[in-house]
Amino acid sequence: MDIKIALPKGRLLDKTASLLQVAGWGMDGYHEQARLYNLKSGTYPNLSAKIFHERDIPIQVAIGNYDLGICGRDWIEELLVKFPSSAVVKVSDLGYGVGSLYMVAGLADIGMSALRRKAARGTVRIVSEYANLAESFALKERLSRFSVFPVWGGAEAYPPEDADLALISSRNDGEFTGMRMTPVARVLDFSAYLIANRNSWDTKNLDRVVTSICESCVRLPSEEGVQEELEIQPEVTRTGKGAEDGLIRLALPDGHQQAPMLQLLEKAGIKIEDYPSPTGNRRPGINIKGVAVKVIRPQDMPLQVANGNFDLAITGRDWLIDHRYQFPSSPVRELLDLKSGRVRIVAVVSQELPVDAAADLSKVIGERTTPFRVASEYVNIADRYARDNHLGRYRVIPTWGATEAFLPDDADLLIENTETGGTIARHNLKIIDTLFESTACLIGNSRIRTGSTKGEKARYIVEILRAAVEDT
Amino acid sequence: MRVQRCKGTRDLSPDEMARFRLIEAVFRDRCLRWGYQEVRTPTIEYLHLFTSAGTLTPSMLGRVYSFLDWDGWSGERVVLRPDGTIPIARLYIDTMADKGLARLFYVTNTFIFEETGKKTRERWQCGTELIGVNTPASDAELILLALEILNNLKLKNVTLRLSHAGLIKALLERLGLSLEEQARVFDRILDGDARALAGLRTEKPELDGILLPLLGLKGHSAGFLKNLKAISARSLPEFEPYLNNFIDVVGILENLGCKYQIDIASGAGFEYYTGIIFQLYSGREKIGGGGRYDALVPAMGGGDIPASGFALYIDRLMNSIEPEILRKPGGQSVLVRSEDDESIKEAFSVASRLRDAGYTVAFDLGNGEPADRRWLLDIRGKPPKYLLRDTVDSSQTEAQTPDEILTIIEEKSGHQDSLTKRSPSG
Repeated sequence: MDIKIALPKGRLLDKTASLLQVAGWGMDGYHEQARLYNLKSGTYPNLSAKIFHERDIPIQVAIGNYDLGICGRDWIEELLVKFPSSAVVKVSDLGYGVGSLYMVAGLADIGMSALRRKAARGTVRIVSEYANLAESFALKERLSRFSVFPVWGGAEAYPPEDADLALISSRNDGEFTGMRMTPVARVLDFSAYLIANRNSWDTKNLDRVVTSICESCVRLPSEEGVQEELEIQPEVTRTGKGAEDGLIRLALPDGHQQAPMLQLLEKAGIKIEDYPSPTGNRRPGINIKGVAVKVIRPQDMPLQVANGNFDLAITGRDWLIDHRYQFPSSPVRELLDLKSGRVRIVAVVSQELPVDAAADLSKVIGERTTPFRVASEYVNIADRYARDNHLGRYRVIPTWGATEAFLPDDADLLIENTETGGTIARHNLKIIDTLFESTACLIGNSRIRTGSTKGEKARYIVEILRAAVEDT
Repeated sequence: MRVQRCKGTRDLSPDEMARFRLIEAVFRDRCLRWGYQEVRTPTIEYLHLFTSAGTLTPSMLGRVYSFLDWDGWSGERVVLRPDGTIPIARLYIDTMADKGLARLFYVTNTFIFEETGKKTRERWQCGTELIGVNTPASDAELILLALEILNNLKLKNVTLRLSHAGLIKALLERLGLSLEEQARVFDRILDGDARALAGLRTEKPELDGILLPLLGLKGHSAGFLKNLKAISARSLPEFEPYLNNFIDVVGILENLGCKYQIDIASGAGFEYYTGIIFQLYSGREKIGGGGRYDALVPAMGGGDIPASGFALYIDRLMNSIEPEILRKPGGQSVLVRSEDDESIKEAFSVASRLRDAGYTVAFDLGNGEPADRRWLLDIRGKPPKYLLRDTVDSSQTEAQTPDEILTIIEEKSGHQDSLTKRSPSG
């Protein structure tokens, strides 16, 4: 009888890998630089594993693609709070990866009663990677009126200007001194958990695997003294106040786009201090008066520009298009193609699938009795693609990276970005369609009035960047 | 792959729709006669309408169908109406607040997620709201109207259970619970958890002898409430205004010979109740309920305006209706056949005349028409010949003109089913 387990990438990988080593699973390919996501155990012939973004693991286990999974309790509760009947059994607390979710505010001394009063007057904006837990918090605390902004990361950068509250995870026991935020509530304590699919738990013999994990985790070195550095940044004062008249608020991307962006900005004569920041500072300085900069995830930028938190942002066209598919009348526009970071957005299937073009999909789907599964980070682009291609009864599975790992077992089609197609080929997949090309671009809100101080300043920035791009 | 109905939804068959419309017709008819006016609100509302303080419990709000609209980049969610009353209060504040007293009624669907999908997630209800008045007589008016509707639907074993939200809240306060704990227990009572109070113990043992029996007691008269008032007068003076209000309402009901049961610990419904809460049962099934919610309109920023209302659950009433009150107009139904092209124009014109005279007339399209028509009319040739057959006694009559057909049908069906010819009033 085969047993499948979903293993985490990211923050829990090191500890989990040590755990499996102690357990003697012989799971060789499970390390930080893993290039393939499908693994076999050298010790247990029936045991196979796949590496996922941690956030995908509770979902994969709940829908029965995996018998077991290891992930943080924070992501388990994020699923269960919205879908309480999910088929997930919390088997055992593994004791490592300890932390808490805190609801933090950007202002000093803001309490729940003050928040409730604010909610009665206007809208309380909450930003988080944990959108379901954030919503549940707002309902439990009876906030009259609130908006939850799901973000891909960097939630701590938003308050106080761009959100009233952020629900963030911290390994540091709620130490927020020296940061411009106050914890309002401790929402959840978490650590790594072993979880099981309810049906597998009821019907399969998982005992050897489960026992080996549970016994080994007792033998792991204790977590004390290995507290990870908190991601929240020390106080910085460079950001201007949002209320300042004519202030331009510019969002720059974190991650791998930082280096090429810095080059382009320098060429345009724009100097950004402390970007990319070795300490993870999300509020770097800039040498243009009346401009404030924040560093956030490119995925989150179009929404933030739409609701007026930022005036200009540098993101990928892929994320702008995904945003506009969700909100067709959004005021966000592409102002300038920055012509770097070129990728293609493609439709991908397994080499095994007898399909060479999008038009062949409907034939394959017609013969199936189960829904066709489309996995993508671009939920709205994937949904639109499925609709436009008449994919019949389909499901869009949102992913948080490493989407190639989903084919062929856990999805049938991917909508993915690719630079060279190398990763796709390596995973034994093939491209059947190219949706569009995406490059980095400068986006802005079309509601900024031309001729206003703000409008003029925005135009100036667009023009110096345009000159720099054309000079390339 | 077969296309299926969405989990947790239901279709209404012709038979079920007949039940639905009958309930709706009786409800509308009674409401109009009591001076109520019909309104309808949109299916989609802003979520914050329902998250406003003191409206729905967090457990209800955790099961609403909410989503971002196509222009929802501000993050503000919209919701499929989870409740009938709150949108009516919004409508009143929006457009009617200057008119003072309003008697309103509605027939609407509400949407609440239900875990198993075995019960329906889209529910139909018909309800009334009486806004701008808070006298005991207005509470009694709603209860009597609800009972009259159920009586007109010929429902059997209808019982009325009464409680008082003010009294429950005062009790919880007196039990020494923290504000959060009070809210939690009240939510559980309102979510229909009858055992919510059973597990509680007061922090003041000397009160146990009074409070806990008070919660457990059930009674059937104003006298019962007066007795409660007597035992609580000295130690629990804060209960008095609620008990007095409760006694006033049941006093009116009692004078009118209305039977009821007092059960303090019951009170399913919504958090916005402040005064009397009533629940209606047919046998063991709850078929409706309502109460006074004086704090709702103020909480929504509509000023200090009291209100009360009730809702009847159409989905449940449909199961309780006796078949005999579902009269079918079958006796008056005519099937028209025209077997050649020449007479088809004449057939349409005769059918139209018969319909104007109040009959149900269908054309035979040759695809196995259901045979439950009383009359079959064959039209042939030019000039047309009419052959009328009565399926009750199998008699056949030849007629020369449409007038003649009408006369025969009217004579033979007589006046015994003239009632069914009349369309529902309203």
